[in-house]
Amino acid sequence: MTITRRQMLGATAGAAVTLAFLPRLALAAAQSTDEAIMAFTKGATPTEGTVSLDTPEIAENGNTVPVGVSVDSPMTADNYVESVLILADGNPNPAVATFHFTALSGVAEAKTRIRLAKTQNVIAVARMNDGSVFIDRKEVKVTIGGCGG
Amino acid sequence: MARITKRLGWTLSAIIVAATPALSGGPVDEQLIIDGETEIITRAPAPEGHPLDEVTSGWLYRTDETRALEADSFQNPGMLYVEQGETIWNTVDGAAGKSCASCHGDGKEFLKGIGAHYPKWDADAKRPINVELQINKCREANMQAEPYKFDAPDQRALTTFIRHQSLGEPVSIDLTSGDMQSWWEKGKETYYTRMGQLNLSCASCHEDNNGNYIRADHLSQGNVNGFPTYRLKQSEMVSLHNRFRGCIRDTRAAFPAAFSDELMALEVYVTWRGTGLGVETPSVRQ
Amino acid sequence: MADNKPRVKVPKKAAKGEVIAIKTLISHPMESGQRKDKAGNLVPRQIINKFTCEFNGQVVFTCDMDPAVSANPYLEFNVRVDEPGTFKFTWVDDDGSIYEAVNSIAVE
Repeated sequence: MTITRRQMLGATAGAAVTLAFLPRLALAAAQSTDEAIMAFTKGATPTEGTVSLDTPEIAENGNTVPVGVSVDSPMTADNYVESVLILADGNPNPAVATFHFTALSGVAEAKTRIRLAKTQNVIAVARMNDGSVFIDRKEVKVTIGGCGG
Repeated sequence: MARITKRLGWTLSAIIVAATPALSGGPVDEQLIIDGETEIITRAPAPEGHPLDEVTSGWLYRTDETRALEADSFQNPGMLYVEQGETIWNTVDGAAGKSCASCHGDGKEFLKGIGAHYPKWDADAKRPINVELQINKCREANMQAEPYKFDAPDQRALTTFIRHQSLGEPVSIDLTSGDMQSWWEKGKETYYTRMGQLNLSCASCHEDNNGNYIRADHLSQGNVNGFPTYRLKQSEMVSLHNRFRGCIRDTRAAFPAAFSDELMALEVYVTWRGTGLGVETPSVRQ
Repeated sequence: MADNKPRVKVPKKAAKGEVIAIKTLISHPMESGQRKDKAGNLVPRQIINKFTCEFNGQVVFTCDMDPAVSANPYLEFNVRVDEPGTFKFTWVDDDGSIYEAVNSIAVE
């Protein structure tokens, strides 16, 4: 890849702007978490409860953090959880994963492992087939290593 | 310069000491039973001449979640590399048209218990060899294949597969064969030699401060019964010599080449320090 | 070794109507697109972006993945089994590759 002088100047200017507007960028990241929630809930404000996150209080390493989610639902053909959105509000991009369930899931539970760039909130938003939405938040502390960091 | 080194040393001691009261220290009192079937020895009486009374596995120093990951062979991501290693064992490579299996047969049968007793004396090379060097020796002499470069993905996967066939087997190495004893002495000297700008020896952390915290990292005795290890930080299998080099680099010292005399001697000594612990490969660490 | 062999754990048999746990693990670096190589260049994103579990041809569970899912992605979820049949698991890579696994289950 060759970098032209103009690109280089642009990149440098971009870096300067980034430095100057760091607080605004932080705000932008927070908004994008809210935006992601609103896009998922189709504008409805989620209620606390019904969905619960299972996360460690302290993650030994942010590259592999176990996360589990469960939603209290009968999971029948006319009353089930459609989807659960997982977000991490302190990551460069808050999107983590979305689970899509069906009545055949039996129970609305799923587990995976995720990356957390730093100590932050993990958020789970559940959307039921009737459109009602629920939310849970858990803070996960991400530790830094020994001398190597 | 000497003053700076000393100050850095002090700073580090302060970090270690200051962090200790904030978090509970020491190894946990738990048993490692993989899949509820294979019990792994994580505490063993120290061998004669060892400075500590008991040797403990690094598993005991990890969080509940990390320990659980190793205790479930399905969830343990290191098992992916065991499977890859088995495929490599059965794959023909080199001018002689042979695979490992061509001579040794089924790896799961042939390799049982073997990996727990490396490094061992190699009369041809007149030095100790570990599993990685044994593989390369076989590749060159019998398969007429190129030796693996240090930390090649296939080297890590095959080493992981070989060591895994000794899962639970207590670590023991033969110091009476060849010149092993003098390599052990050399390794011991390296273990206690302070290095780098931080002026740390292996013993500064893993003997004097195991159970304490260095920043947020819970220091273990630094035993090597779980290598190659699946390290969450790299999300990859990490070889022993990679970790040796990383640890020495972190003291801000120039670090020796993998499989160099210095690191082979250190492997002999450090492996001996963990005598009696069960092989955990692929262990899961932070 | 570009080996993206999946591992899947499904019980061999279940009672009719039983809810079973399924675990899946696949080797994949899940390159996030945020990381730089030794020369300082951004390593392009390459992840598995979608996982699907079908039972007898019907989709029962899917997961959309973003780069924040860890390397060697692990998923655990449940399925209610009303009849014997076959599970088909599919992972879709950013580069278009598809990795598959198939497991059958008996119902007593």
